[in-house]
Amino acid sequence: MKTVTKRRWLPWAAGGAVVAFAAILPFLNIVVPGVLPGATYTPGTLQLLALSLLFAALALSYNLLFGSAGMLSFGHALYFAMGAYGLGILLQSTDLALVPAMGIILALVIVAAYLIGALSLRVTGISFAMVTLAFAQAGNVLIRRNPGLTGGEEGLRLATANVPDVLVGVINTRNLYWVALALVVVVFVVVTWFEHSRAGHVVAATRENELRVRVIGVRPFVVKLITFVIASALAALVGMVYLLLQSGATPRATSADFTLTILVIVVLGGVGSRWGAVVGGIVYTLLDQRLTAFASSDAVAALPDVLRIPLSEPLFILGTLFILVVLFLPGGIAGIVGRVGDRSRSRAAARDRVEEAS
Amino acid sequence: MSTIVLLLITGLGLGALYFLVASGLSLIYGLMGILNFAHGSFLTLGAFAGWELARRMGGDSWVTLFASMAAGAAVGAIVAAATEFLLIRRLYNRHIEQVLVTVGLALASVALFDGIWGTDPIYVTGPAWFAETTEILGARVPNDRFVLIAVAVLVLIAMVLFLRLTRYGLIIRAGVENRAMVTALGIDVRKAFTLVFAIGGAAAGLGGVLASHYFGYVSPQLGGSLLIFAFIVTVIGGLGSLTGAAVASVVVAVLQQFANYYLGGTGDLVVVLLLAVVLLVRPSGLVGRLA
Repeated sequence: MKTVTKRRWLPWAAGGAVVAFAAILPFLNIVVPGVLPGATYTPGTLQLLALSLLFAALALSYNLLFGSAGMLSFGHALYFAMGAYGLGILLQSTDLALVPAMGIILALVIVAAYLIGALSLRVTGISFAMVTLAFAQAGNVLIRRNPGLTGGEEGLRLATANVPDVLVGVINTRNLYWVALALVVVVFVVVTWFEHSRAGHVVAATRENELRVRVIGVRPFVVKLITFVIASALAALVGMVYLLLQSGATPRATSADFTLTILVIVVLGGVGSRWGAVVGGIVYTLLDQRLTAFASSDAVAALPDVLRIPLSEPLFILGTLFILVVLFLPGGIAGIVGRVGDRSRSRAAARDRVEEAS
Repeated sequence: MSTIVLLLITGLGLGALYFLVASGLSLIYGLMGILNFAHGSFLTLGAFAGWELARRMGGDSWVTLFASMAAGAAVGAIVAAATEFLLIRRLYNRHIEQVLVTVGLALASVALFDGIWGTDPIYVTGPAWFAETTEILGARVPNDRFVLIAVAVLVLIAMVLFLRLTRYGLIIRAGVENRAMVTALGIDVRKAFTLVFAIGGAAAGLGGVLASHYFGYVSPQLGGSLLIFAFIVTVIGGLGSLTGAAVASVVVAVLQQFANYYLGGTGDLVVVLLLAVVLLVRPSGLVGRLA
């Protein structure tokens, strides 16, 4: 009994400590060569860290959909883009302040996710994946075909007139970093709360055996729709902060490749693991950034073509890494840690038995 | 009238391309339950293989065209069979992981194509006859459309004959109906898996070469852009159904052309709308069993 309560608060305490440490990073001068581009107080590094936190939050929202509810969606980028582009368009064409604008966009995304989700959920499994992909593709086409409103291929620039001054400019990057950190915490808490709610349990049961849930007399459709809407709304929130952080949005954020990137992050981190998704998001963003720097380095340029061409494509390395993880490390990063933990735990248990016997 | 004929034939040509991609997707899904994201890469690779061969053979003759089509199909078949053999087979019956592996392969291969051939489109030329037009009912139709349609019809006939008349075709059809039963009867379905991948890869590779003539260029993004519509076609047609894929390819492509012309470039949106309507009315697709 004692160990159970201990287990309950220990991860939360550890998580709180990590968040507290992350919160004071902008005041520290930590240099990690090869991982971060500079000391942790510099705007460039904070920008990268904030971006990795946003990817962590996005991965958390996707993990709710795919890991917890078992719904393989290829259209999650659509809701992220709705948040980013919706807020951008609203800010440039109206005089609304930032927070009310965010509220309006969030409400709109919830309505859109409800309608699209209700339609997509008429089918399950792979068909669901393809339908969500089709809707995301439609969004992508809409954004690229309306340059007057969205900037087309060029992307949308953030109109800063109604954005609070503390969130604008390179000098204020650390404020945006704190916003991103707060967002990760909020998303984590919402996702955890939902997974422990009654609806969360039903949706997890549906993932395991939908027929059985129906037999018990629960309609899986409703809880799946709720999960879909919550995950979409969270993705839209991340998209809005992304707009602020990057001072704009590009059509790449609406593409199928972007959703695949989130999927890759969740699988790398470990499907179904919340902190795995967070770690996956951070690791992926840093890896992507470092591999891009590595690809254009002199060391790679000097290699013969056979090695140079694959190594100069970060996405090739990430894709290959992803295939290897799926083939050989089911469970991703969380899976590795879990297995190591199990081994040390069983070793401790064995030691306890030996001590009892002696 | 001439506009309608032109749109119709162009739509049929585009539909032929969709069919070459969707037929393989549909067969693979029907037999193995895998949504193959790497299918677009098979197509792109086939297109590049055809272009490389045409470049070396020189001349824009018919011989070069047919040789590059054969090369595209062969490369597509070999790469697809290798994919099944080396990656998919290891994850037998774990559908989500199988899909994930094809996703990884699609990302990695497109990046690799970028590295080898560059991100810019490479323009291709076919036989001189391709650049000319033929007049049908007052419409001047570019000639490459006819080749596309003819090839797609031949591929459809060949696939149907193969499925109906050969022993392996029988195994594949039985496997689509009930894979567990076929396995229980002592037949090694895994050979059929590799075979289905090879057939789908060959059709995609062939489609790649033809797509490079239809669009006039090859680029690493060629496969990905066609793949999304091929996905939509397979869902509308009914997953696992070859005839469904053929019908849906034509419907989707023709509708897309007409909407692009008459409704101000809304072709892609109309296709998504059609998908939504089909799902509301018939979730299993036009010709599908319940997927």
